[in-house]
Amino acid sequence: MMNVQEKAPASPASIYVHIPFCRYICFYCDFNKFFIENQPVDDYIEQLDREMKRVLMEPAPVDTVYVGGGTPTALGTDQLRRVLRDVKKRTDSSRPLREFSVEVNPGEADWAKFDMMKEEGVTRLSIGIQTFNDSLLQKIGRGHSAAEAKETVLLARESGFDNISIDLMFGLPEQTMADWKDTITRALQLDIDHVSAYSLKIEEKTMFYNWYRQGKIKPLPEDTEADMYEVLEEALADAGFHAYEISNFAKPGKESEHNKTYWRNEEYYGFGAGAHGYLNGVRYANLGPLPHYLKAVKAGENPVKDTHEVSRTENMEEEMFMGLRMKEGVSAHRFYRKFNCSYYDIYPEALQELTEEGLLYDSGSALQLTEKGRLLGNEVFARFLLDEEG
Amino acid sequence: MSEENRENRQKNIRNFSIIAHIDHGKSTLADRILETTRSLPEREMKNQMLDAMDLERERGITIKLNSVHLKYTHTDGEEYTFHLIDTPGHVDFSYEVSRSLAACEGALLVVDASQGIEAQTLANVYLAVDNDLEIIPVINKVDLPGAEPERIKKEIEDVIGIDASDAVYASAKSGLGTDEILSQVIDKIPAPGGNRENPLQALVFDSMYDTYRGVISYIRVVEGSIRPGDKIKMMQTEKEFEVAEVGVFTPKPVASKELTVGDVGFLIANIKNVSDSKVGDTITHVKHPAPEPLPGYKTMNPMVFCGMHPVDASDYSALRDALERLELNDSSLQFEAESSQALGFGFRCGFLGLLHMEIIQERIEREYGISLITTAPSVIYHVYLTDGELIEIDNPSNMPDQQKVELVEEPFVKAAVMVPNDFVGAVMELCQKKRGEFTDMRYLDENRVNIVYYLPLTEIVYDFFDQLKSSTKGYASFEYEFTGYRESNLVKMDILLNGEPVDALSVIVHRDMAFERGKTIVEKLKDLIPRQQFEVPVQAAIGNNIIARSTIKAMRKNVLSKCYGGDVTRKRKLLEKQKEGKRRMKNVGKVEVPQEAFMSVLRMDDDQ
Repeated sequence: MMNVQEKAPASPASIYVHIPFCRYICFYCDFNKFFIENQPVDDYIEQLDREMKRVLMEPAPVDTVYVGGGTPTALGTDQLRRVLRDVKKRTDSSRPLREFSVEVNPGEADWAKFDMMKEEGVTRLSIGIQTFNDSLLQKIGRGHSAAEAKETVLLARESGFDNISIDLMFGLPEQTMADWKDTITRALQLDIDHVSAYSLKIEEKTMFYNWYRQGKIKPLPEDTEADMYEVLEEALADAGFHAYEISNFAKPGKESEHNKTYWRNEEYYGFGAGAHGYLNGVRYANLGPLPHYLKAVKAGENPVKDTHEVSRTENMEEEMFMGLRMKEGVSAHRFYRKFNCSYYDIYPEALQELTEEGLLYDSGSALQLTEKGRLLGNEVFARFLLDEEG
Repeated sequence: MSEENRENRQKNIRNFSIIAHIDHGKSTLADRILETTRSLPEREMKNQMLDAMDLERERGITIKLNSVHLKYTHTDGEEYTFHLIDTPGHVDFSYEVSRSLAACEGALLVVDASQGIEAQTLANVYLAVDNDLEIIPVINKVDLPGAEPERIKKEIEDVIGIDASDAVYASAKSGLGTDEILSQVIDKIPAPGGNRENPLQALVFDSMYDTYRGVISYIRVVEGSIRPGDKIKMMQTEKEFEVAEVGVFTPKPVASKELTVGDVGFLIANIKNVSDSKVGDTITHVKHPAPEPLPGYKTMNPMVFCGMHPVDASDYSALRDALERLELNDSSLQFEAESSQALGFGFRCGFLGLLHMEIIQERIEREYGISLITTAPSVIYHVYLTDGELIEIDNPSNMPDQQKVELVEEPFVKAAVMVPNDFVGAVMELCQKKRGEFTDMRYLDENRVNIVYYLPLTEIVYDFFDQLKSSTKGYASFEYEFTGYRESNLVKMDILLNGEPVDALSVIVHRDMAFERGKTIVEKLKDLIPRQQFEVPVQAAIGNNIIARSTIKAMRKNVLSKCYGGDVTRKRKLLEKQKEGKRRMKNVGKVEVPQEAFMSVLRMDDDQ
């Protein structure tokens, strides 16, 4: 019988493009990003195009594109248009994109920018609102107000976008349950299709991390965070959103197809400074610092910093700990097709224990986290790390 | 050597040691004496020459005894032979001190010119007086600001009751007074007595193990003489050996033809084990044995016990090797294998006292590079069972069921605490809290007081010393001696996690103190053990009786949130870290306990 793994992998159906510029730097953010002033933005756009052409010499059959950052809307309308066009040129025009997402910051997109995006075929917007509490917005370093956030959503809707997502954050220092409930209420008063809600994680190399080490900010207690999550889950369920992933909630038909690529452990192209990608069994990270990235691309080199060939063992581990984030879970069928064996062959003990502990559920066709398991995801995920390297 | 020469030689021997409190300058003074007698070329002089081990040098204390053979030409033109015997300064080693003093005719009593006599000094001076030693008071550090030599002189007379009118004012650091000290050594300390024609009696006052030579015994020849080829017998252990080499330390070992009456030196006789060359034993000839051994021999038994476990289980056999090696040099160290459900495989070890324990722990960690978890130190309890049987318990987890126990006895010590006036109240309060029984209080001078209590040894090994230090701002000095066993209302207290007892955390404790100890431990554990997927009760129990309780709440949220693009690598790292963290935890039933939690409870270091 033919080994499934040895089949030449189908070319990835997703593209991620990273725009590493911001008009202000949020205190919690540790992504690859630069304050936009005095940066060689046009040069970057040009080299980004070169990088894409280098990898995709022919347009590829792609289903989803996600332009994130940083902040794509930090670019001017024409600059952003160029990026969107350049990406689209890398995709097979005979096949319409199933999803074309762009991240938007409140206050950074006007009529013209939205119109342009619409013209260029963008189908989905992801708007970084985080909270509707102005004082909290300031404390986390956001450069916009709650009112601007609302305006931006309305404007997007009026520009004809019918798939709008917003990002929210909870577990922020000094955030109270009342703040959080208010934010949820105000979010639901807007006409939106999708919510991504993340609890704050204090990452190294951020302002928050420094303040945390100096004792100036304190993360919220675990119990409060858990309560906040549960409140959110309930409110969104009542409003007709379903939690198709631990942190992601969508109205029917509005799940993010692009993000599901990651969770389903499928390959994707990553372009831009600091972008991550997964091609031909290799995970890679591009050079982050702009000059390094630009120089490499100009020299006709691959602007890659790290590559890691994913072993069979790692691949199985990732299939599990990424897949379980989704409500649909890890498909038995897909696992078998990829690895030519059942997850029960690989994880007999973990599966039994986790089921007994009430963290995992076998639907017959897939493994899924239980309600309890969703909040304790890491406890479950870590159990799927195998000891020996495969 | 002619008979006359021999007599002259014996007449010109002076054997002496130095008694001093830690930091009062003993080792520095020894260095000065070595310099003055030019026993060492300057380039070989390291500071504190007699302290051989790094640890000694670092902690400023002498652990193993050393003896040095020195030649000194006095102003009268005569050449004298000195044997300077260094003694350890700590109460744990008081027996070793008493034996090394027994090898001398005199002692230098070194007292710091500003701090005065400390409890340990006093204890050792009394040992010297018991051994009929001639005592030469030396008041050291007279050149430092705050020195009050006159007051100290009076203190020596008042407290010890010896004539201090000739006390030498010295500064070991600058060398001031060294010549005067050597003069007094010659004038005041008697030459050794004894007769080289008598049957051999040589006192073993220390021994050490050398990888190439086997055991090297430090001996003082009291009667007769000894030379290579002699068949000798250890009078206590009755083991026989043939002498391979004798000699003296200059301080390097130098072989000699013989050691004769009055001499202090070393003996190598193909002895494989230090326990065959016990401190205090008497060496005699197999052929013409001495009628009786020298007085004062005691078997040293460990008083303090603890479990030592490697942090990394794979270090177990390395730990055994380390203990075996240390044992070669230290006959008072005992150990046997034990296994604990919480700490895994390790050893139950016995020590002379707390310092001895700390030194061994530190040497294992430092010289052998093994990280240790040690259980709370405990003592030997005498447990009388209802059927009349007596059992000795040194490990709380071996304590029989309460119903089977008739009564329990615990070791008591007589403890002397010397403090400035202002702290008398604090010391008495502490001793009372530690179940002490007051016996005596004497004013040494208008400012300093010697307070004597009977105290349970358990309390001493638990935290008495630390508490004493903190409640007297470090001014107290403290000394104790074992006095015997007394009945006490002792119970075994277990610590339960999720209903299961954690063997390593069981303690034997006085019933009146159980509640407070139990409460402290459960609160500490509650804070140190991470939340589990279920609620975990933490309890302290005596038998079936829960006396303190706390609860670790169930974990509610642990999930990666933001999941940027495809940075799977980072996510994986986080999960791997979590998994690694779990691997390092010890399982108690279903509860995962980080080792730090055990260590922290066992050390009880940051109480109060």
